Amino acid sequence: MPNVITANRLEDGIVVYLGQSGNWTSDLTAARVANSGHDLEALEKIAGTAVAASHVVAVYAMDVDLSGGKPAPKSVREKIRAAHRQTFKDLTEIEIR
Amino acid sequence: MYRYDEFDRAFLQDRNREFRAQVSRRLAGELTEDEFKPLRLMNGLYLQLHAYMLRIAVPYGAMTSRQLRQLGYIARRWDKGFGHWTTRQNIQFNWIKLIDVPDILEALAEVDMHAIQTSGNCIRNVTSDPFAGAAADEIEDPRIWAEVLRQWSTNHPEFTYLPRKFKFAVTGALQDRAAIAFHDIGIRILGGPNATKGFRIFVGGGQGRTPYVAQEMKAFLPQENLLSYLEAMLRVYNLHGRRDNIYKARIKILVNAIGVDEYRRQVEEEWQRIRAEGADLPAEEIDRIRAHFLAPDLAARPLDAAAFAKARSEDADFDRWVRRNVVAHKNPDYAIVSIAFKEPGRPPGDATADEMESVADAADRYSRGEVRVTYTQNLILPHVARADLIDLYEDLKSAGLAGGNTDLITDIIACPGLDYCNLANARSIPIAQAITERFADPQRAEDIGELRLNISGCINACGHHHAGHIGILGVDKKGTEHYQITLGGSAADNASVGTILGPSFPAEELPAAIENIVDTYLARRTGGETFLATYARVGANPFKEALYGTR
Repeated sequence: MPNVITANRLEDGIVVYLGQSGNWTSDLTAARVANSGHDLEALEKIAGTAVAASHVVAVYAMDVDLSGGKPAPKSVREKIRAAHRQTFKDLTEIEIR
Repeated sequence: MYRYDEFDRAFLQDRNREFRAQVSRRLAGELTEDEFKPLRLMNGLYLQLHAYMLRIAVPYGAMTSRQLRQLGYIARRWDKGFGHWTTRQNIQFNWIKLIDVPDILEALAEVDMHAIQTSGNCIRNVTSDPFAGAAADEIEDPRIWAEVLRQWSTNHPEFTYLPRKFKFAVTGALQDRAAIAFHDIGIRILGGPNATKGFRIFVGGGQGRTPYVAQEMKAFLPQENLLSYLEAMLRVYNLHGRRDNIYKARIKILVNAIGVDEYRRQVEEEWQRIRAEGADLPAEEIDRIRAHFLAPDLAARPLDAAAFAKARSEDADFDRWVRRNVVAHKNPDYAIVSIAFKEPGRPPGDATADEMESVADAADRYSRGEVRVTYTQNLILPHVARADLIDLYEDLKSAGLAGGNTDLITDIIACPGLDYCNLANARSIPIAQAITERFADPQRAEDIGELRLNISGCINACGHHHAGHIGILGVDKKGTEHYQITLGGSAADNASVGTILGPSFPAEELPAAIENIVDTYLARRTGGETFLATYARVGANPFKEALYGTR
């Protein structure tokens, strides 16, 4: 199952994803995808370095859907995180389901 | 209102300096997240889904217009322009940057506010009656004792690392508006004319995954012994409360495991021992605190009854607002006014910076600069002259805050849910929006009558679903958001935990299910019976049949 690495940026808590060049991006579609356990281990190693360097916090791997050609969130929780949505002003941004 | 003295201010400055240094060390990589987490939590700072969340204490829900204005300033400068009133009478900001937190805490300290002990396994912000000092049915102002508890519990060295968080609520009125039965310790002021004042103490109430209504601990505790007795209660809990399992660590679990009688026996034994050591507050110190809460000197402001009646007859919305949001004050020329943050379609309890400033202005103009937060996520102006009600209503209308739906089905309590919270299984806010839109007709909502509908996005129950007449709990069912319905809960004087009605519903079916429950109630109610009274009389079966048929 394809995975990407996600975290919160330490200084502001914003949701980020490990990008193609080892950078951290707030855009899930620009995240680097691990298609195997071996790939995922490599990404986790990079993420571990970023945690040790105090760039990010709360790192974990998440499943993504690649059917649209780019990584997309699967769970409601990850859809909400990826949208960086605020409830008060973007009331209709995400439908109930 | 209590005013900080030099000691309070110096303490706060020290704490803020300390936390500023801790944040710097964290950002510089000198502290790991594991080392930093307990430090930030002690200062009310959580890491949520999108960002850090800062929970700011509003002691016993009471604040000044100046403090509210400062919260508006913080919302505008450091958040996304709004905050969220919580079910603990606090405020949360959901989009806070770690690098900004030291400056935010400094801005709070400028108005004698902080975020200390709004998280962590310590004694949390003490909650109380939002009508304190104004209610017509008040025996004594509970803020006096809530302030005593605030000073006693702040940075208390023995109770800073309890087995789990600890919540107090105090009420001083005949009617409980502080939900004391759902607190670790609930305190009810007793007394009356020519009677000795004291407290009735309750223990072991709470919601979460194991909901309990608190049990009576002591029928009468003399006022002067409050701190020694509470100290004994906390000591026994601190000694025996479980630390091996977070879900079994609250005092309610201990009290139910050993029985309230055995818990009381141990507390009495400890109390007898520490009373002699002088654990109580000297009478002059209680008097010093009491002096901060003297009744305001309210000038006589007779109402022009004919003009008021005419205004009500000419404007149905104003008339409804008076019926629903205006409550008797102990001074007959005055009223307590509820400001609803529950317009159909808006996230319950969210308030913009502009709205905070509008309410602060109204408080200055009409309520001696005093504002209260309710655990139902609305604001209160406690001292409004009845003669000013028309003007106040017009001001609130201009600010978009003149909804007249207090305690109706649209006055929903909802936690932030999965839109913000790391613990949530499902969203609360869109569900609240969908239900309030379904019942948006104010006349219909009023015809349905008093109905408390509470929503929690997970079993931790921050949205008080166990205490809702209709409770909704978000659950994760194979990756989709489902919602379980409970009926019959109440946080009022005859408190009760709601009973699960049956299988859960997917989100899109939930508003219709709620409407079905309401229709079932309307078909069966007699006279002016409330939803809760009808439910008590007819039981769950008619509602089960309406929702699930014969399955």
